[in-house]
Amino acid sequence: MVDYLTFVFKSIRGMFTGGTRYRSWLAFLMGLMAVGGYAYYQQTVHGLGVTGMGDQVSWGLYIANFTFLVGVAAAAVMMVIPGYLYHNKEVKGGVLLGEMVAIGAIVMCLLFVVADLGRPDRMWHMIPPFGKFNFPVSMLAWDVLVLNGYLLLNLHVPGYLLYKKYKGEEPAKWLYLPFVYLSIIWAISIHTVTAFLYTGLAGRPYWNAAILAPRFIASAFCAGPAFIILVLEIIKGWTRFPMGDRIIGFLRGVVLIAGLINVFLLISEIFTEFYADSAHVASARYLFFGLHGHNALVPWIWTSITMNVLALLALISRKFEKRGVIVRNIPLLMLIVAIWIEKGMGLVFPGFIPTPLGEIVEYMPSANEWMVSLGIWGVGLFIMTVLLKHAVDIEVGDVKPS
Amino acid sequence: MSKKMNFVPDLLPKPAPKARAKEGEVGRRSFIKLLSALTAGAIAMPDKAEAFNLDEFLQKHFHQMTDEEKQKTMARLEGEYNKKYSRDDFSVADGGPQHGVKYGYALNLSKCIGCRKCTHACVDENNQHRGSEERGDQIEYIRVLEMEKGSLDVEKSVHDYTHEVPAEGKYYMPVQCHQCNDAPCVKACPVEATWQEPDGIVVVDYNWCIGCRYCAAACPYWARKFNWVAPRIPDEEVNPDTHYLGNRPRYKGVMEKCTFCITRVRKGLNPACHDICPTGSRKFGNLLDKESVVRRIIDQKRIFILKEEVGTDPSFYYFFD
Ligand code: SF4
Ligand code: SF4
Repeated sequence: MVDYLTFVFKSIRGMFTGGTRYRSWLAFLMGLMAVGGYAYYQQTVHGLGVTGMGDQVSWGLYIANFTFLVGVAAAAVMMVIPGYLYHNKEVKGGVLLGEMVAIGAIVMCLLFVVADLGRPDRMWHMIPPFGKFNFPVSMLAWDVLVLNGYLLLNLHVPGYLLYKKYKGEEPAKWLYLPFVYLSIIWAISIHTVTAFLYTGLAGRPYWNAAILAPRFIASAFCAGPAFIILVLEIIKGWTRFPMGDRIIGFLRGVVLIAGLINVFLLISEIFTEFYADSAHVASARYLFFGLHGHNALVPWIWTSITMNVLALLALISRKFEKRGVIVRNIPLLMLIVAIWIEKGMGLVFPGFIPTPLGEIVEYMPSANEWMVSLGIWGVGLFIMTVLLKHAVDIEVGDVKPS
Repeated sequence: MSKKMNFVPDLLPKPAPKARAKEGEVGRRSFIKLLSALTAGAIAMPDKAEAFNLDEFLQKHFHQMTDEEKQKTMARLEGEYNKKYSRDDFSVADGGPQHGVKYGYALNLSKCIGCRKCTHACVDENNQHRGSEERGDQIEYIRVLEMEKGSLDVEKSVHDYTHEVPAEGKYYMPVQCHQCNDAPCVKACPVEATWQEPDGIVVVDYNWCIGCRYCAAACPYWARKFNWVAPRIPDEEVNPDTHYLGNRPRYKGVMEKCTFCITRVRKGLNPACHDICPTGSRKFGNLLDKESVVRRIIDQKRIFILKEEVGTDPSFYYFFD
């Protein structure tokens, strides 16, 4: 017990010591949090009316970010599979890091859901046995459950492994391997359930399509590993963490394949929507071409598609792989932005436009909404940063028993 | 400071239409509000009725309260509402469903002229947020669609017509909650804050809703309305005769919807929209009673169900004659 407490104490101390660059980064993130905190305070005082949402478009930037981040969180699994199942040693080293990213991403998911609530003070209504949890009927209840479960799994596995590493002991397999297998299935499930959140709504034809769930997974396994590669590049460049090129190469492969599948599914979707020219086409037409002079989302979606295609071409040509750290990662950054746009502007918003009664009201997030979102990103990146720092500290032996 | 305000333009409470004559004063007051909100923390809520209330915080789900707890809660609410709206005659009832009654509505599209009298009578009866002119955010449960003759496509409908009605080549279709028997909103809610009563009315427990708006995304009839800001009802316009699951004043951040005027219909009256309609287009009654007017319409007229393909099994029918 004493051992464990010293471990925790030393870890926390380690998380907040570092060079100037590290500390300014943390300070910057805290600045974001302060901005977000201020904006969220405004929102609790004045109500969700300070956002750009309304009865016509009743979910916006928060739920869009949530949807995107579920994908990033689920993507940690991409490294878990080869790492633990095939004992690929090099990938295994990176798995820990991937799981740290996942923790930060899930915390952001949960915060975005909370930020979207009209009555955050009543959150306890969701917690059995005090509340009344509409399980298993409500997809949102499912989602809350699987997200929290995923968070616990991801806290347990790396936490245990790092503690053992710190003590210099071999981890006991039965204490983490079953959880690793479980988290693989779980990662797919958080994403699938989030997709069901949308596809289950028969009254919203744009979402009520079977292709949505597979597209969710494909785009998640494209943006998520891309995000993790960026993190790995930073760690590789700035720390003594032992990391070869194979893991990044492996992840680039995953990004490419998932990205191609995603584009293929997108083309099938567009084809089905427009070729038959059914009544269901209104939302899609609004998104891609604009409807009755309303076209706020058109530039966004085409930017996204263009970036998606260019980035994938760059990855296929493999020309950039050997270039400098900035150049070789630009396509990945483009993919992340492209998929972020696709989730928000491309998936969440047009589902509400036009409304079920045919009214077209456009949505753009308000300044306050952007500030809250930035704040939540600040929290998530902060958590990721200190956790990753911690993992690196232990891995290179900066934090060890005295 | 003024720079900050520009950056966050929509933070300032929007002046109510009547108060707008004194622009300067409103501006100053909201400035002070903003300042005190920034400095004094949670105590400085903008509206004292919105201040933290432990009884309210701990209030149970309607179904989990004992009769005694319900009585106590309703008495407390009456006190709160009386204070808030400076009156002494508020009544919050919880009259239950009658045995052998299932409400149904039938609307005659051949007769409706699109005058929106029902929409406004509904707002008065059900204590909806009156909104402010520039936001245009009055909550309305009934949306009257101006439809092209010969088409049932709501996407071709016009919602914000202002010309004289009825217009040539158009017909009018009011849409409100259809009190679905297989209601997507009920299935969606993660905390069972919304459910269907035995008499068919789908209600919301305003003290249980967490404001996630999943139900609003699920409803195929766009019938769920959210309190984006603290609802405003002028004291003299408030309707003090209320029901716990219906027209009692709501809170900021919760969902609300049409309940077929639960306060009225459970007393044997007709909904307010029914009584106000100048053309007699609206027919209301008990679906289980073979002699009732709705039942006769369903049995004898050419009726149709809006968005039947979604499979919500509504208690609301349209017909032509
Ligand atoms: S019309 Fe909408 S709000 Fe009314 S019961 Fe059906 S799904 Fe629920
Ligand atoms: S907004 Fe309220 S009633 Fe609607 S699903 Fe959420 S908790 Fe339930």
